[in-house]
Amino acid sequence: MSELLNLSLTEARDALKAKKITSVELTEAYIGAMEEGKGLNAFITETPEKAREMAKASDAKLAKGEGGAMEGLPIGMKDLFCTKGVLTTAASHILDGFKPEYESTVSQNLWDAGAVMLGKLNLDEFAMGSANITSYYGNVENPWRRSGGGNQKLVPGGSSGGSAAAVSGRLAIAATGTDTGGSIRQPASFCGIVGMKPTYGRCSRWGIVAFASSLDQAGPITRNVQDAALMLGAMAGHDPKDSTSANLAVPDFEAALTGDVRGMKIGIPKEYRMDGMPEEIDALWKRGAEMLKDAGAEIVDISLPHTKYALPTYYIIAPAEASSNLARYDGVRYGLREEGGSLIEMYENTRAAGFGDEVKRRVLIGTYVLSAGYYDAYYLKAQKVRALLKKDFDDAYGQVDAILTPTAPSAAFAIGENQDDPIKMYLNDVFTVPASLAGIPGISVPVGLSEDGLPLGLQLLGKPFDEETVLKVGHVLEQAAGFDAKPAFLAGSK
Amino acid sequence: MSLDKATVARIAHLARIRTDDAQLDALVGDLNNILGFVEQLNEVNTDNVEPLASVTGHGLPMRKDEVTDGAYPERVLANAPERAHGYYAVPKVVE
Amino acid sequence: MSEAKSNLIQGATGDWEIVIGLEVHAQVISKSKLFSGAATAFGAEPNTQVSLVDSAMPGMLPVINEECVRQAVRTGLGLKAKINRFSVFDRKNYFYADLPQGYQISQYKQPIVGEGEIEIDLPDGSTKKVGIERLHLEQDAGKSIHDQSPSQSFIDLNRSGVALMEIVSRPDIRSAAEAAAYVKKLRSILRYLGSCDGNMQEGSMRADVNVSVRRPGEEFGTRCEIKNMNSIRFMQQAIEYEARRQIEIIEDGGAIDQETRLYDPNRGETRSMRSKEEAHDYRYFPDPDLLPLEFSEEFVEEEKARLPELPDAKKARFMSDWGLSAYDAAILVEEQETAAFYEKVAEGRDPKLAANWMITELFGNLNKAGLDLSESPVDEAKLGGLIDLIADNTISGRIAKDVFAEMFESGKDAATIVEEKGLRQVTDTGAIEELIDSVMASQAEKVAEYRSGKDKLFGFFVGQVMKQSQGKANPAMVNELLKKKLAG
Ligand SMILES: [Mg+2]
Ligand SMILES: [Zn+2]
Repeated sequence: MSELLNLSLTEARDALKAKKITSVELTEAYIGAMEEGKGLNAFITETPEKAREMAKASDAKLAKGEGGAMEGLPIGMKDLFCTKGVLTTAASHILDGFKPEYESTVSQNLWDAGAVMLGKLNLDEFAMGSANITSYYGNVENPWRRSGGGNQKLVPGGSSGGSAAAVSGRLAIAATGTDTGGSIRQPASFCGIVGMKPTYGRCSRWGIVAFASSLDQAGPITRNVQDAALMLGAMAGHDPKDSTSANLAVPDFEAALTGDVRGMKIGIPKEYRMDGMPEEIDALWKRGAEMLKDAGAEIVDISLPHTKYALPTYYIIAPAEASSNLARYDGVRYGLREEGGSLIEMYENTRAAGFGDEVKRRVLIGTYVLSAGYYDAYYLKAQKVRALLKKDFDDAYGQVDAILTPTAPSAAFAIGENQDDPIKMYLNDVFTVPASLAGIPGISVPVGLSEDGLPLGLQLLGKPFDEETVLKVGHVLEQAAGFDAKPAFLAGSK
Repeated sequence: MSLDKATVARIAHLARIRTDDAQLDALVGDLNNILGFVEQLNEVNTDNVEPLASVTGHGLPMRKDEVTDGAYPERVLANAPERAHGYYAVPKVVE
Repeated sequence: MSEAKSNLIQGATGDWEIVIGLEVHAQVISKSKLFSGAATAFGAEPNTQVSLVDSAMPGMLPVINEECVRQAVRTGLGLKAKINRFSVFDRKNYFYADLPQGYQISQYKQPIVGEGEIEIDLPDGSTKKVGIERLHLEQDAGKSIHDQSPSQSFIDLNRSGVALMEIVSRPDIRSAAEAAAYVKKLRSILRYLGSCDGNMQEGSMRADVNVSVRRPGEEFGTRCEIKNMNSIRFMQQAIEYEARRQIEIIEDGGAIDQETRLYDPNRGETRSMRSKEEAHDYRYFPDPDLLPLEFSEEFVEEEKARLPELPDAKKARFMSDWGLSAYDAAILVEEQETAAFYEKVAEGRDPKLAANWMITELFGNLNKAGLDLSESPVDEAKLGGLIDLIADNTISGRIAKDVFAEMFESGKDAATIVEEKGLRQVTDTGAIEELIDSVMASQAEKVAEYRSGKDKLFGFFVGQVMKQSQGKANPAMVNELLKKKLAG
């Protein structure tokens, strides 16, 4: 059992192709792991029967020497992806009972590649959060524990907290995530695994419950960089149903992992060295730069002068788009309806009952910044600063091939911490948000442990549509770091 | 800029979210906190800066004028909280 | 300025001028919707022409229909307007049961078409230019049905997402008649272009009418918007009523509230729309699911080259080539089919005669029978044939009216009717002289009176001779020969 769970995505792929294992065996192991890991609350909906059927079908293909790139591999799907006939909630009460009549492009791409669905993973409500504590379906628990810190429950990060916890605790061999301001990279860092946000437009947004349309991007959450390369290849591709999808061929991302970064220029942006940043984060960052230098890359000091304005920009643009994207949840066509004496009362009751506090806050902020008389001061201003932030990166990529930064300003914190003040929570995304606003690809790779024994990741950013460089450098960093610490909870380890 | 309770109530109504008095009090604090934070942007000189329209770098793709979708009322109505005679049903609207 | 003066309305305290601006929503002719592949046909079963995009399912995204863009550009060109090669789609946010997304995708600050103008044809044959402020593309909403249940409204999304062009005029219109002429002309241009079928009953064209009143030459007054007029006649009534209402309020010392109103044709009055009284704050912002719409100058030039001859150009040509009056030309060019019909009839014939026959007899009969020109029992060849018989003196103009009535009734051609009924005009001198002789013989007394100086009796003799000939004698010849014979 644990043998099977030890296999990474690419190892399992190879073992399946070599007929050393079957998908049914692998899938059964993960169905058992989901059972064992129920305490993490990583899944909102488990679909073991569907998984068994899909695994059987995969085995039939594999037996004939057929099958796609992800054939027979049991993955978890963030519950923001619409899945045909399977409850899709966005972790919100307002989508109560919603079973889509359609399949998102990214999930369809994965099924077409042969992947097996274990279930729908928990997240922050409508992907709004950095700790997975805003889900209507309850908090997700990080499989990691602080060393010597008792048994305090930690957050997995967010919003793809269920995905990160599941992959880290081995309840799924890999999982999908979505990243709007860091929702793949930050939880990956908190859970000691790899999370990649590709370039905006690389993966289709069709069928993903929208949070902030100009920022949302799907990506893989995996145990290592090679797994990320494999899974991203299966998820990505041009989709004519998404006007923002890039009409570009999908490269062979695994082939980019040459291990050779000699002569490449890696930028270290000075603005990411922020006041009050824990010393251990700074030290980890320096160590990461050393590793890349030892591998033959050139480390270059660069400047991204508008970095400090990324978070305030993000907290105007994302809520503004969200306030509009979430207007469709009105109790008329699907999901929750709370009756009222009039249409307006029905709307107000439904949305009051259906949305949680953080979603309400963001919808209201977004409504306010777009409202008459405030548009120019907030939204328009933010879009101008966003243009400057993007230009910062464009300029930097004139000098360097990739940029190295910390992923998050801290390790995972306890459930309940940072909860008194929304701003404190927002600061979690301080290093991930700039790349989201610029639409560029980024990956978080686990590099070391905090003093408390919790995983810490470093982030590599690349040029638009140059995921290959991001993956290549990430892979070298991963090899050099040799991160092999294990969380307190690991399915199949007992 | 600072939000008062009446403004928050107006915004909540615009967003069609029913809020009671206690919630309004809490929201006034939270929203002002967030607005105070985002107002840092006033420090940035954005004279002559065009607002970012999109990060994609490509133009608006267009589709051919063909009927390729629809004709499945059952799928459209499948998740409706209430329906009648092939329509969605809502509380009566008086014009 | 006599024309402007005639538009003034007399109040109790002096003259008032009406100021009108129109926002016309015209449904774009396309097979599928603006942002989805669902069909647009009218009259389908509820929710059958709805895609997952139109019903705003979570995660659904818009993809624009290239034909709708092309139609908007063609229409802009037809309105002699500035085509904006860079435009932006915005979200207009508001909640309504038939607006599934909670926002309408429209164009706000940067529409696809900028300023243009329309020349309207007024009943006295004069014309007037009305400025166009803009034309933008947007989605239609669904339909709410309120009268099927006492406690519920029903929602049909078939129209949800259908492409509309919103065409906004400048406040250049000064009377209900001008507003009617504007809508007629706009409809005519759209139909020529094939960008909208102009069918107001089916809602493919509807107008929001902004009405205010002012003392001549003074600042604009506060306006009220009368929503969703889908009949030109009702629109005129609504404007008249609304102007009177506003004048009365102001003259009584009151002030006009800026509001949205609805016209009730049964009561002949406008009333405030309570459901629209909610303070609106649309929170427009560029739709992040779409990118700015850009196209090349070549695309615009190609579309320009493909435009048909439009009503104004055709009218000018009809006046210069066919020698028609402005009034007749305006009537004949209103519909492309009518103009083409006319040109077939006029070719090689007396063009004024052709115009008269079409406007009075043909249109009169079609109107009475409730038929379209395309359904006319008298086609171009038949009407032409009739005119030919008049021209070569086979029949007189008076007989021709009877022949036309028979043609309209039976669908037979004019020559057949003339043969069958023996209506051929008598032009034989001998035969006419015989008729005159017979009349004179039976009216000897009257002949004597005439000869003794009672000239007025001449008309009596003409009438008698025509009667004897059953109307077939050539009237000119009857005159001439009768004069000679009576003179003795
Ligand atoms: Mg309007
Ligand atoms: Zn409109």
